[in-house]
Amino acid sequence: MSKKTDSTENAHNTSGQDEWPLWEIFIRGQHGMSHRHVGSLHAADSEHAIKNARDVYTRRNEGVSIWVVRASDIAASSPSDKGPLFDPSRDKIYRHPTFYDLPDEAGNM
Amino acid sequence: MTEALFEFLLRQGDNSLVLGHRVSEWCGVAPALEEDIALANTALDLIGQTRLWLEYAAEVEGKGRSADDLAFLRDAYDFRNMLLVELPNKDFGQTLMRQFLFDAFQVPWLTALKSSSDQHIADIASKSLQEALYHLERSRDTVIALGDGTKESNARMQEALDRLWPYAGEVFRDDEIDIAMAKKHIAPRPSEIRQTWDATLKETFEAAYLTLSEDRFAHSGGRTGQRHTEHLGHMLATMQVLQRSYPGATW
Repeated sequence: MSKKTDSTENAHNTSGQDEWPLWEIFIRGQHGMSHRHVGSLHAADSEHAIKNARDVYTRRNEGVSIWVVRASDIAASSPSDKGPLFDPSRDKIYRHPTFYDLPDEAGNM
Repeated sequence: MTEALFEFLLRQGDNSLVLGHRVSEWCGVAPALEEDIALANTALDLIGQTRLWLEYAAEVEGKGRSADDLAFLRDAYDFRNMLLVELPNKDFGQTLMRQFLFDAFQVPWLTALKSSSDQHIADIASKSLQEALYHLERSRDTVIALGDGTKESNARMQEALDRLWPYAGEVFRDDEIDIAMAKKHIAPRPSEIRQTWDATLKETFEAAYLTLSEDRFAHSGGRTGQRHTEHLGHMLATMQVLQRSYPGATW
């Protein structure tokens, strides 16, 4: 995955790095309802990332739509905050709507 | 007439077979994982198109040969591909430049073949066009990205264009097969496609900061089978070795 270029001569490579940036890929499947994260890949820009995603992640007819997001643009929760963030909801089972009988007509919730 | 149609179909099938094999040579060794898979996809598309063309060619010939027989048991002088597609890959830039020159022809060509008076040809063209459109988008973008990249990538793409250019024009030299096809409205004369091809090249190379030679000289002999380059035989030796060594082998 190394691209041998003289980065000092590369007008488009302001980071001075030889590697293409990392992109996270989201695909909406044939029958899926929302885009789903499928993996990541390297690409020079967003157009290139979409093409690469098409070739890497949809070659078995998996998708009808592709989203790409630069990995560095994703803000993520910190693993060390796991306790304060998620523990409080653990014992509040009443927040799940499992105590109701859903009519079939309501469909997928 | 049957003979001319057979020749015509071999030209279509052999172009995609030989280029498909060349592109497949990148499998596992491309400069980036993403490009590796993209090239393998392109190769598979081309081999898939080959199957359609050569199956129909075998049917038209009517001598009991199969598409596999045509692909694996003909020698270099029986191949009817343009010289451009049989040249060795060289580096990644050269491979993509060749792909672009081919795709820029293939898209308007297949578009025209969709209106063929021969329904079977129209169907194959219609299916192949969707693949060719994507190939062109990808090869054009790569040519522009590398042409408008670093000093070195620009120089290497210019070198690729200069090397391949004398082989690119062969396809536009109409011969008696082309004229026979045009008369039956099976296909346009390839020369009719040239203007569209020229326009795509001009636009792309301007964006890529590459200079196109004014020279219209074109090597020929591939489409007629009269004079292939020395590279085709070597390529076929690799491609056909299994069927040559173990005739009729299946798995």
